[in-house]
Amino acid sequence: MIELYILLIISIGAGIVAVEIKDLLASAISLGIVGFSVAIMFILTQAPDLAIVQIVVEVLTVVIFVGVILKTTHIDTTLEDKLNVRDYLTKGIFALFGIFFLLFSILALKELPQFGMPIMKIASHYLVKGFEEIRAANQVAAVILDFRGYDTLGEATVLFTSVIGVLTILRKIGKIK
Amino acid sequence: MTIIVKTITKILVGLIFLYGIYIITHGHLTPGGGFAGGVIISASFILLILAFGSEEIKEKIGYIYSSIFESIGGLSFLLIALFGLILGSYFFYNFLPKGKVFMLFSSGIIPLCNIAIGIKVSAGLFAIFLAIAATRFIMKE
Repeated sequence: MIELYILLIISIGAGIVAVEIKDLLASAISLGIVGFSVAIMFILTQAPDLAIVQIVVEVLTVVIFVGVILKTTHIDTTLEDKLNVRDYLTKGIFALFGIFFLLFSILALKELPQFGMPIMKIASHYLVKGFEEIRAANQVAAVILDFRGYDTLGEATVLFTSVIGVLTILRKIGKIK
Repeated sequence: MTIIVKTITKILVGLIFLYGIYIITHGHLTPGGGFAGGVIISASFILLILAFGSEEIKEKIGYIYSSIFESIGGLSFLLIALFGLILGSYFFYNFLPKGKVFMLFSSGIIPLCNIAIGIKVSAGLFAIFLAIAATRFIMKE
């Protein structure tokens, strides 16, 4: 558990550095530190699949940021701007909302089960009763197409939308040149 | 492509297609299902095009047909769910008789849903492949 806390502190510090530092290249690199420490946290909590996705996404974002910075400018000019009343007002509202969110999340986190101890209220019902109720040998199929049919419908809709998007972008007829 | 690739493709493409159909129809018995089987079926079509090549007009016809089949798959999946609403009590109600475990005709509407998803996924992926392949005709103009 202690390594998780160390990584959390490192990522929070890197996040603050990324916001406050003047050189944008250093800012992009400290953003990368945040992402990679999240990836290590995923590995430590035994989610290697998420860690792989996180590493891929993080490398891509850092490369894109560095590419943009090399093409444009290094120096963050927004840090020197003077703050007026409106900026203080928005920051105050954000801080108020953050305090409320923190308080309610502390109250909500007390109700959650212990770390690494799932309650399995609904999943155990699927595992025990699913075989008799659905009579499918493959329980995964029973879950995705019967208990959670809406979820699969949403997945199919996502696929349909993406296909329509690709066909619209790459179409030949009716394209404005 | 060379004659080796063409000969191997001729032998294998039917088997790959059949394997995709097997994965879809046995989705409720063995690992797999509509999504995985649809990808395998579209891979057999893509292998054919990669090995033998194609012309612009053929690709256009395939494009139209795959769009139609994609819509048919998605709509039939929705229709199965709606039949549950009409014949039973709620959306996605399993209205067919359940049958015996481990038989091909068992577990109600799950095989039908798998077939609908399989048609949809295979046609959708093939349409995407054709659209990306057709960019070379657009580039030429």
